[in-house]
Amino acid sequence: MDETVKKYTTRKEFFKQYKKKSRLQETWNRFLRNKTAVLGLFIFVFIMVVAAAAPLIANYDDEAIKINVPARLKGPSAEHIFDTDEMGRDILARIVHGAQISLVVGFSAVALALFIGGAFGAIAGYYGGKTDEIIMRCMDVFLCLPDVLLALAIVAAFGTNLVNMTVAIGLSFTPKFSRVVRSAVMTVRGIEYVEAARAIGSTNAHIITNHVLINCFGPIVVQVTLYVASAILTISALSFIGLGIQAPIPEWGNMLASGRAYMRDHAYIVVAPGLAIFVTILSLNLLGDGLRDALDPRLK
Amino acid sequence: MFKFVVKRLFAMIPIILAVTFVVFTIMYFTPGDPTNVILGNEWSETASAQLKAELGLDQSFIMQFFHYVKNLVQGNFGMSYITRAPVGDQLLARFPNTLIVVAGAMVFCVGVGVPIGIYSGVKPYSLFSNVTMVAGLLGVSLPIFWLGLLLILLFSVQLGWLPSSGLDSFASLILPSLALGSNYMANVMRTTRSSMLEVIRQDYIRTAKAKGVNERNVVLKHALQNAMMPTITVIGMNIGALLGGVVLTETVFSIPGTGRLLVESINKRDTPTVLGCLVIMAVCVAISNLVVDIIYAYIDPRIKAQYGGGKG
Repeated sequence: MDETVKKYTTRKEFFKQYKKKSRLQETWNRFLRNKTAVLGLFIFVFIMVVAAAAPLIANYDDEAIKINVPARLKGPSAEHIFDTDEMGRDILARIVHGAQISLVVGFSAVALALFIGGAFGAIAGYYGGKTDEIIMRCMDVFLCLPDVLLALAIVAAFGTNLVNMTVAIGLSFTPKFSRVVRSAVMTVRGIEYVEAARAIGSTNAHIITNHVLINCFGPIVVQVTLYVASAILTISALSFIGLGIQAPIPEWGNMLASGRAYMRDHAYIVVAPGLAIFVTILSLNLLGDGLRDALDPRLK
Repeated sequence: MFKFVVKRLFAMIPIILAVTFVVFTIMYFTPGDPTNVILGNEWSETASAQLKAELGLDQSFIMQFFHYVKNLVQGNFGMSYITRAPVGDQLLARFPNTLIVVAGAMVFCVGVGVPIGIYSGVKPYSLFSNVTMVAGLLGVSLPIFWLGLLLILLFSVQLGWLPSSGLDSFASLILPSLALGSNYMANVMRTTRSSMLEVIRQDYIRTAKAKGVNERNVVLKHALQNAMMPTITVIGMNIGALLGGVVLTETVFSIPGTGRLLVESINKRDTPTVLGCLVIMAVCVAISNLVVDIIYAYIDPRIKAQYGGGKG
């Protein structure tokens, strides 16, 4: 006891030992101990880097877009590791550039869903009662339509382009985020610091944004990770059935759709783009599961 | 119990109405003049105006919706812009195929996912359990359409065992069911395993074992009943996802079902058919949610007790 007192001469220094391990630090350490989660993170960071460096890996116009019929379906070679497609374009170049689209649309769609769904969910969860009932019943209606179908309906009505597709996927995920945020808010709502904030006269809007939502961060991050995976899957699904990103632009789903006719003799044409989708989704799922376990140790 | 079912049945009506409203509203915003699609080369001002009056397209949005619902209640889904045949007839012809594929996927998903989940939950550290967990992890990340293509490549092209398209025999149902069901099978398996793991550690399981109940009965009677709730939830939630996924499966395997019809009609801008497909799929989801709720009530004694003292 005496030793401790001697060791820490100033108050600041004394408290430092407790500060050293913040909650974030602890969570991070728990995350690092989970090998599959770290693997997921590693793969996902790799995919992001590859997507960002796509122009350095392959020229967009020359290799991913320009039709070069004499070079079509030549089989894998040193020049075209993953073969060329039915138009003579390098499959690897198209996959790498396709990653950009998938990631950008995936993240934007989820951001939109989080923003709209989160707002409704936070209001429903915070106020409860009638407000909650009305908002959640409306969201239930949207949940009756599988999200691929809802996205399909929106794309069908407004046309297929990048923005419409992002909005379509974002809106179809909105009810799910409202549910997640609502339940997270409800668990935090009754805790003392919220009551304290109310007691000192904070406005509801201030309490929701500064006290409640900040403390719901964990479950929301987990869901964002998992839903970016679903968003990427939905983009390629829509493109695969011809209602997403259209032909000359490289996208994993439309590569599968156009390569289908040639897959009997050229398996690479469907194996490679599908593998890209699969690995991306897998890495996000691993990462999301790992984050969930790290944030909530009781689940382990 | 009967009271519960009736109550839930009535609660379904406003939901179906609301879903119809949402879908109707979205489709109402389809740009362009539908008479262009219908008349094609024969389009003229007068013909267009006449057709609009005939189809009720000159009325206000609310009136159009009202008419649509009124017809819907009588089983009339309207008339296709392209074939000029009733949408209901097309749905009737196509929908059974969709149901068959979904049912096949469900059988695969529950029939394989639940037993594997139970076994690996009871023996969590066995090699089998580890292998299935890795497989499950990979399975939930597999895109349906890609898996479908790979299955065709392997079983139809390379091995020549199973047909790659159509839906005319039992053999042709196998690949679509596998493609559509694998994802959800992995999900069901993981859920069953984790809830089994949790239940198996409970005191009443130890009590049952201590009383001398044999292992099989402990697992199947004592543990399973309590572990099934999350599994049923996941199965129920998956029915909606299966109906979404069926669009992809039908595209990959060229099955003439509702999903295929939906995509074809979107491409042809045949709004009434698109609407019909979406409505019928939404009704399916609503019905499956209801069924899950009823099964819930049947399993969970608390809900049973609330309605008629557990005897109903």
